[in-house]
Amino acid sequence: MALLEISDLSVRFGQFRAVSGVDMTVDAGEIVGVVGESGSGKSVTSLAVMGLITEPGKVSAGAMRFDGRDLLAMPARERRRLLGRDIAMIFQEPMTSLNPSYTVGFQIEEVLAVHGAGNRRQRRERAVELLELVGIPDAGRRLSAYPHQLSGGMNQRVMIAMSVALDPRLLIADEPTTALDVTIQAQILRLLVELQRRKGMGLVFITHDLGVLAEIADRVIVMYAGEVVETAATADLFTTPRHPYTAALLDALPDRALATAAADGRRGRLPAIPGIVPGPFDRPAGCLLQPRCRFADDRCVTEHPMLHPLHPGAARCHRPLGADGLPAGEIGRVA
Amino acid sequence: MLRYIASRLLVLVPTVLGIVLLAFFLVRQLHGDAVEARSGERGITAEQLAERRHALGLDRPLYEQFGAYLGQLMQGDLGKSYVTQRPVIDEFLELFPATIELSIVAMIFAVVIGLPAGILAALTRGSVLDHGVMGAALAGYSMPIFWWAILLIVLFSNILGLTPVSGRLDVLYYIEPTTGFMLIDTLLSDEPESFWSALRHLILPSVVLGTIPLAVIARMTRSAMLEVLGEDYIRTARAKGLSPFRVVWVHALRNALIPVITVIGLQVGTLLAGAVLTETIFSWPGVGKWLIDAIGRRDFPAVQGGILLIAVTIIAVNLAVDLLYGLINPRIRHQK
Ligand SMILES: Nc1ncnc2c1ncn2[C@@H]1O[C@H](COP(=O)(O)OP(=O)(O)O)[C@@H](O)[C@H]1O
Ligand SMILES: [Mg+2]
Repeated sequence: MALLEISDLSVRFGQFRAVSGVDMTVDAGEIVGVVGESGSGKSVTSLAVMGLITEPGKVSAGAMRFDGRDLLAMPARERRRLLGRDIAMIFQEPMTSLNPSYTVGFQIEEVLAVHGAGNRRQRRERAVELLELVGIPDAGRRLSAYPHQLSGGMNQRVMIAMSVALDPRLLIADEPTTALDVTIQAQILRLLVELQRRKGMGLVFITHDLGVLAEIADRVIVMYAGEVVETAATADLFTTPRHPYTAALLDALPDRALATAAADGRRGRLPAIPGIVPGPFDRPAGCLLQPRCRFADDRCVTEHPMLHPLHPGAARCHRPLGADGLPAGEIGRVA
Repeated sequence: MLRYIASRLLVLVPTVLGIVLLAFFLVRQLHGDAVEARSGERGITAEQLAERRHALGLDRPLYEQFGAYLGQLMQGDLGKSYVTQRPVIDEFLELFPATIELSIVAMIFAVVIGLPAGILAALTRGSVLDHGVMGAALAGYSMPIFWWAILLIVLFSNILGLTPVSGRLDVLYYIEPTTGFMLIDTLLSDEPESFWSALRHLILPSVVLGTIPLAVIARMTRSAMLEVLGEDYIRTARAKGLSPFRVVWVHALRNALIPVITVIGLQVGTLLAGAVLTETIFSWPGVGKWLIDAIGRRDFPAVQGGILLIAVTIIAVNLAVDLLYGLINPRIRHQK
């Protein structure tokens, strides 16, 4: 049984579908990478899993189960009890994600207290332990620091300490390194993966940088404009992307782009995908990627593609790419 | 910290000087002076008038009078009332507790109602309750104090007979002032039941005086709360599995209070200004009513001294609020 099981998840803000028909499973001990440009619905998806979508957002799903328990049918109170204890989340902006009016010690101990872990003294000891675990030097003294006294990287370590305080079985990390300096990014990434291995957590790692996932993810889910456009095991996705969008993301990775440029004898500029993710008011008919896709044909303009199972993985495309990186012919059309 | 306070105090010197100057010259723009005001209708000869003016120094050129007044102030002397011949400072301090008591009770009223009302409005944003609270706040803010006072007097005193109309205490009681605060003095006296009388006398004046601060506090609390509730750390708090109650009262309120406390501090000025009017309406024997009476009598030293002392009080409170602000806002605290 999967740890997290979601099918047909949709989140609407008024008429706008920020997330539409998303399926996702995460097994215990697995790292699932979610990738997509800014605005593709990654954060909204994870907040929906947490049950943290607020008015006027509306969440609907075919199924949403954690460890076999139906999250949709669960009373709010019971679902809340899972948060911070069994399912934890860390966010993109470490500097604003901690409460400026309380010490980091208070904020770490609070999650322990609210879920009834230990007495005051034990909680304090545990907080010190946690700060040491995430590599914060002088942990005992750091407990009485306020977030504004720490750097972004330190605050993100505090966030991580807080999220793993109760050994959750699922951790959702929403672009945990995006706001940090490059050198710090690598440290935080290593810390997260190490903790995930050690504790056997399921980890959903959200990023807009596909390159990061190559090293850590078991499986990758590619999102575009609120939909899953491709999902595959990491190795397969990197060798044979089936969706033109995934292929374009891969082409845009610096080392690949430079390699291609060198092979062609050009001095490379990074290829960018033209255009931006359509927002609430400019979603095209047919395939949502179609205006930006160089393989789009008439059908792509009129007919919204389904997520077709391919072997391996699945792609939401009328003209999925083959091993040669070109559409291999049309599928799903009855002859 | 001490250096900070010292620098703040230094900046105040020109402000205080300006106030002294303004009070001195404005009060002299009034028609007539103390001598005329006292002589009234009774026939008094021109020589007698001139003689009395001379005795008070009112016949000297303005700049000379001002110079003399400044010199006096430098020695910490606010002068004597033309009317009672008592030192201005003594009169002021005698009446000041009544004003402080009224202001404190009015502020408590404003905070105790305004804060929860603002929080409730924010939490039920867009609901009937929210619109109701904000509508009432707007009405409270725009209502002329005088009219509002009369409305309350007519309803609660005249029609319902629940509250007294003027003064601090029933005439039946005589309470020897110990602290000057009637609520405390009555309890200390041998007639503790007079406490209820003192309390009933306080109700209408403090409601009237507290209405504008209440409206301002409610509106500020609502907007600060709404802003804070949209912050990232609120999302973090909810992601930790905290109850909505804890999210609001522990994580949101502490941060929302920072701007609210500033506003409360600023309301102290409004409150003391409002006290002048409120005390006059309710014959409340505080410095506000005293100041108005002094203006009527053209009692220049009393008016000048009263304005200066009230201004200094407002400045002191604002400084205290600034320091308090640092206490609850760690980001400020560590800057200093
Ligand atoms: N509270 C909200 N109200 C309205 N629209 C929202 C809200 N939150 C997110 N959206 C919209 O949903 C889309 C997906 O956002 P998000 O999940 O944050 O993207 P990502 O995390 O992939 O960058 C965006 O178009 C965004 O503007
Ligand atoms: Mg995001």
